[in-house]
Amino acid sequence: MAKKGDWVQIHNIVLKPEERSDALPEDTKKHPLEMWVKGYLQSDAEIGDEVEVITRTGRCASGKLVNEAPYFEHNFGFLIPEVLKIGDMVREITFGGDD
Amino acid sequence: MDNSYAAIMARKNEIIRASVGMDYSSFEYDGIGFDYEAMMAATGYTLPELQRVQSLFSVGNTPLIELKNLTTLARKCAPKGKGARIFIKDEATNPSGSFKARRSCTSVYQAKKLGYKGVVTATSGNYGAAVACHAAMAGLKCIVVQECYDSRGIGQPEIIEKARKCEALGAEVVQLTVGPELFSTVLRLLEETGYFNASLYTPFGIAGVETLGYEIAQQFRTKYDRDPDVVVCTNAGGGNLTGTARGLLKADCRAKVIGASVNLTGLHMASDEQFNKKSFTTGHTGFGVPFCVNPDRSDVPRSAARPLRYMDRYVTVTQGSVFFITEALASLEGLEKGPAGNTALAAAFRIAQDLDEDQCIVVQETEYTGAGKHINPQLSFARQNGIDIHFGDPKDEIPGKSIILPAHPSLIQVTDVDLDRVRRSNIKNAVGTHKNELTDQDIQYLIDETNSNEEFVRNVIANL
Ligand SMILES: Cc1ncc(COP(=O)(O)O)c(C=O)c1O
Repeated sequence: MAKKGDWVQIHNIVLKPEERSDALPEDTKKHPLEMWVKGYLQSDAEIGDEVEVITRTGRCASGKLVNEAPYFEHNFGFLIPEVLKIGDMVREITFGGDD
Repeated sequence: MDNSYAAIMARKNEIIRASVGMDYSSFEYDGIGFDYEAMMAATGYTLPELQRVQSLFSVGNTPLIELKNLTTLARKCAPKGKGARIFIKDEATNPSGSFKARRSCTSVYQAKKLGYKGVVTATSGNYGAAVACHAAMAGLKCIVVQECYDSRGIGQPEIIEKARKCEALGAEVVQLTVGPELFSTVLRLLEETGYFNASLYTPFGIAGVETLGYEIAQQFRTKYDRDPDVVVCTNAGGGNLTGTARGLLKADCRAKVIGASVNLTGLHMASDEQFNKKSFTTGHTGFGVPFCVNPDRSDVPRSAARPLRYMDRYVTVTQGSVFFITEALASLEGLEKGPAGNTALAAAFRIAQDLDEDQCIVVQETEYTGAGKHINPQLSFARQNGIDIHFGDPKDEIPGKSIILPAHPSLIQVTDVDLDRVRRSNIKNAVGTHKNELTDQDIQYLIDETNSNEEFVRNVIANL
């Protein structure tokens, strides 16, 4: 349950598949054009409810509540051993040996 | 008000006019072209004024760094006596972390001057961070519209990082799934808010990049008492190259200007399935080539970015080569930067090997790096998406299927784009369905657009 005033994320379908541009590849055209916006929730609601939010610019936007307290999870990824090898290789060629 | 896609697109011209504060129709010729220089002059800002505006935002005057170790490495791969000195302009040191700062601050300044309350921009890239940054400084509101997710809701890590950065700078970020209809969402937001359209492609933005080319010439003359021989620009929509080249010309510097893009041939930019199969969201051929052929495919009627006018050469490099050189830049020079901005560096590393040791080649930018926007998360993401990553010969890389990290730096190559072919397509596109006999003005326009000559243009037209 999200409370009025909470920072949340909402979702909308901007264009249904049949409303989309004709110039699209088939794999894209079979999906809707979707949109996500964040803002302050204007009344208590549950995930999935149609709600209104006020965004950072003060705009009122409506849509389906999909995320309470959204945050970023992107990171530096897992180990890619090749990256270490590149570092070693270029140092060896540049500074190592007499060649 | 009717907010269907078709209805919004039908209101396009009035929305653009109200939101850019510029009447594009006043530059149109009767025939096929328009007066490009008049449009550029219509910003009303001279180069010294642009420098002054940029200094108000602490933009510009970025360091020019000689990459001595990378030059040594290039020389180890080159024939004796070859291997030009490689330099890089550290544009990541701009507030907001890229050369896009130069592009946005003139737009934001203009928006403020004209009394707009906020700015809207369509970008998944560094430009959003730049606009958010300058809007914050100017006390304007800011909306950034991104193409971010595929239909599974999976976002490009690099784009998600840009969303974070824009939000950190106080902007509202509107995120969309894949598709060019993003434009209609932007138009709708412009209409709803009455904000300024801080498009990447207005003359304000491109004129802002002229200071970059100008600075390169000035810094070279002050520090080394000479001009650079070659300047390499990472090329996508073409504003980076256009602005830089114009700035070099304004400094009367005749360095060769080379565009470089990551080769993503075979991947469709509007494809939902392929959206997350690529490891570069800018600086690639998916934008670079179409924007050379037809610059006016952007979100303004006439783009101020017209790279074909200024390119002496256009090359592509592979994704694996750019990742490799990005790691080499960190390991050999202590400079940890974002990969997309290093596209030109990968090209310069190879091109330097054809030049003499006393020649100078400049990579005109770097970009910031961070979570998501860094070779490690980008390679992780690629591997998770089933891309085969291994050491080998980059020429075997297949965009969307493999990323081949060069097994040795001497395997890094550039592939030339056939510019005459691009020129022919550009002319064909510009002439389009135009029925009347082409006037001398039309021909001159096509010569300027394609940086070619009358014989070439007439020949192409005769064969249309
Ligand atoms: C770091 C960086 N380099 C180069 C480019 C390419 O610039 P342009 O689109 O003007 O060709 C971009 C733009 O997306 C960028 O963010």
